[in-house]
Amino acid sequence: MSTTTPVKRAKPRFTVSLRQYGILAALAIIIVLFQILTDGRLLLPGNVNNLIQQNAYVLILAIGMVIVIIAGHIDLSVGSVVAMVGAVTAISMGSWGLPWWAAVVIALLVGALVGAWQGFWVAFVGIPAFIVTLAGMLIFRGLTLVLLTGGTISGLPSEFTAIGAGWLPAWLGEVGGRDVLTIALGVLTALALIVQQLRTRATLLKLDLPREPIVSLWVKNGIAAVAIVWFAWLLSGYSGTPIILIVLAMLILGYTFLLNQTVFGRHVYAMGGNLFAAKMSGVKTQWVDFFIFVNMGVLAGLAGIVSTSRAGGAVASAGQNYELDAIAAVFIGGAAVTGGVGTVVGAVIGALVMGVLNMGLSILSVDAAWQMTIKGLVLLLAVAFDIFNKRRAGGR
Amino acid sequence: MEHTTILRMHNIVKDFNGVKALNGVSIDVVRGEVHAVCGENGAGKSTLMKVLSGVYPAGSFEGTIEFEGKPVFYKTINDSEADGIVIIHQELALSPYLSIAENIFLGNENSTRGVIDWNKTNREAALLLARVGLVENPATKVLELGVGKQQLVEIAKALSKQVKLLILDEPTAALNDEDSAHLLSLIEHLRGQGITCIIISHKLKEIKRIADTVTVIRDGKTIETIAMDGPDATEARIIRSMVGRELNNLFPPREPKIGDEVLRVTDWTVYHPVDTARKVVDAASFTVRAGEIVGFAGLMGAGRTELAMSIFGRSYGTKISGSIFKNGNEIQMRTVDEAIKHGFAYATEDRKRYGLNLIGDITVNVSAAALGKLAKWGVIDRNREYKVANSYREKMNIKAPSVSSITGKLSGGNQQKVVLSKWIFAGPDILILDEPTRGIDVGAKYEIYGIINELAAQGKAVVVISSELPELIGLSDRIYVISEGKLTGEVAAADASQETLMHYMTAGKD
Repeated sequence: MSTTTPVKRAKPRFTVSLRQYGILAALAIIIVLFQILTDGRLLLPGNVNNLIQQNAYVLILAIGMVIVIIAGHIDLSVGSVVAMVGAVTAISMGSWGLPWWAAVVIALLVGALVGAWQGFWVAFVGIPAFIVTLAGMLIFRGLTLVLLTGGTISGLPSEFTAIGAGWLPAWLGEVGGRDVLTIALGVLTALALIVQQLRTRATLLKLDLPREPIVSLWVKNGIAAVAIVWFAWLLSGYSGTPIILIVLAMLILGYTFLLNQTVFGRHVYAMGGNLFAAKMSGVKTQWVDFFIFVNMGVLAGLAGIVSTSRAGGAVASAGQNYELDAIAAVFIGGAAVTGGVGTVVGAVIGALVMGVLNMGLSILSVDAAWQMTIKGLVLLLAVAFDIFNKRRAGGR
Repeated sequence: MEHTTILRMHNIVKDFNGVKALNGVSIDVVRGEVHAVCGENGAGKSTLMKVLSGVYPAGSFEGTIEFEGKPVFYKTINDSEADGIVIIHQELALSPYLSIAENIFLGNENSTRGVIDWNKTNREAALLLARVGLVENPATKVLELGVGKQQLVEIAKALSKQVKLLILDEPTAALNDEDSAHLLSLIEHLRGQGITCIIISHKLKEIKRIADTVTVIRDGKTIETIAMDGPDATEARIIRSMVGRELNNLFPPREPKIGDEVLRVTDWTVYHPVDTARKVVDAASFTVRAGEIVGFAGLMGAGRTELAMSIFGRSYGTKISGSIFKNGNEIQMRTVDEAIKHGFAYATEDRKRYGLNLIGDITVNVSAAALGKLAKWGVIDRNREYKVANSYREKMNIKAPSVSSITGKLSGGNQQKVVLSKWIFAGPDILILDEPTRGIDVGAKYEIYGIINELAAQGKAVVVISSELPELIGLSDRIYVISEGKLTGEVAAADASQETLMHYMTAGKD
């Protein structure tokens, strides 16, 4: 064999892809734009708080959906599942008198069952997910209507409504009208981020693996840390930390870990990249598909809990078009239509882009019809921009 | 015939983000000749053809192109096709669910005001099929044809466009000997009709047979142009120009150290997955010993790949019967996962379709079949994964800037090395390598032979399936021949000649 040429210090392997910076920049631009257009009303503490609480369901659904889409599938049923789970939760508390935590457990179980049902047809029978979940969209909407023949169910316990519409208590008191706990959480998160990044880098240094230049690491995480603390500062001026924000943060961390660091996550990417090659490498593709849908079902169940909790009751029309919001968020966040590409963080940013647009346009009292039109165009442009970028980057 | 230059490409320079893929290539093609272009992986052959056909538009490269005496500036493939330059890629570009006739006239339909004249289409298609010597109904769907016939449809399509210069990229890479021979005589036939051909090929025998002139490209530069009727026209000379060093012998030396029997397969019978009445493999029995390299010869469609895939976790076929013994104990492998756990590895013949995640980087491909080795409680140690991938990059001499390089952008030889790395990392006892050197240049082939020898030296049982008989003879200790699903012969490599193998390969046929 010939001699290997000495290779220069390889590029850092975890550079966030350009597309993800692109979408982050787009989010920043949209925020600044609406901040100017609304004379600073966009980032009023109350609005920032609402941005989180109003969009929590999209964020949750987008996290499940990005996994489905990376694997090369789609799920059109999540909106109906949200409605059905909402109905079940409300009934279990209202009619059966179950405590709120039991209702939550039942909701997640129902979600898992729905996911297992759809996963069975997709993975083991081999029906394309588009068809299975289109059927699911009708089936679960229909069942919701059956469950809610008595009409809307409201009057849910306050512990339950707190999930989607409540805040952490002011355990550390208030200073100058600001919630100290929220600020403390913000500072701690920022510190944790920096410590974690530095420790990762130290490990890479010890193992002599390629790593990011220290300057870019500090700049990137410095900006992120400042953004986190500023965000916490804004929230502290309203009612403090929304409970759902804690749930979301855990989901984002957990699912990023799942996709990046686990065998399951790797199998999802491998199947989206080349299903045949994954099969021939020993990946149990049917079971991976099955669990992707079970997971989507559980997250749809969670989204059902959150939206029912925020609405304070269950209605048959709940969750309409939620699947489209989630799918749009995933694609705006840089996932590939052909599968194999996408990230949790991208999907979350995509959902925030849609959320900020919604809020900004609402503050400007733009008509709902126009809001929808504008959101559609943004989705199209985001994906077009992405494709244009990929071509310019010299794809084949 | 007039002896004029039909194509002159002068001093072509093309760079991709500062990396020069072509660095001053010049090539003169004489009208009516068959002109071969040779070179190692990444030498720039394909890039050169893309420059010529307008895939890379005029202006995105330096240098000049003259076609039929006039400077040309193609912006798209349509521009070059309008001048009669047609390129047939290695990966055929036919639409499987359309008929032969529809494919031939795709984008060039016989129509009046958008309505297709089917009689004319089928009649003309039949004439074109006759010209390329393909006996098929023009209404037959392309998916029903084998690769060899599909290639002929591509050429018929080119002829329908009044082709003057036909470019064939590795035309026989996926063909069996029969189909290759047919294709080569067709090219000679077309030359007789005044069609100029550029053929990109690694197969020196082929080049010797049909080329009038050979241009060798290395590192994006023209090394030399050799007239094949001259004294320089030897295989050794061409190889030397391609790799820039002497290949003393085509196969690295090896001392076989053969141990106990590792694999025994008995009465293995497999039926076709769709046409379930058809036996694809018929009562095949064979053994492989530790440290032994066993070759499998057979014409395309003889059942070699089907035999291998059905053993490897039943990934092919239905109604599979027979027994597999490993180290004397009978084992069951119902899934690929079980096969891997039993110490089997199968590197597919179609690495792009079955072997690699092309949008993934080298790291994820190398670890794909043995993630369990790198994970604890389902969590991957990515630092170790990186180190493993990097060690294979160095050990296997995979030419890529880093293990973060996307495998889809590597050359065929380097992709094959990634596939081999993946299976070697899985730590198998039995490796089945299906066409391990297909579409790979001479230098990389030599390296892959070295890797195979090393695996055998480590005591692994190695099965090599190959269409190239010299390769099987040079590499194996023992060769089985399969014909129409049956094992028709077993030959010690020392006694094997291409003639004896071919005799067994055609044994089932009259």
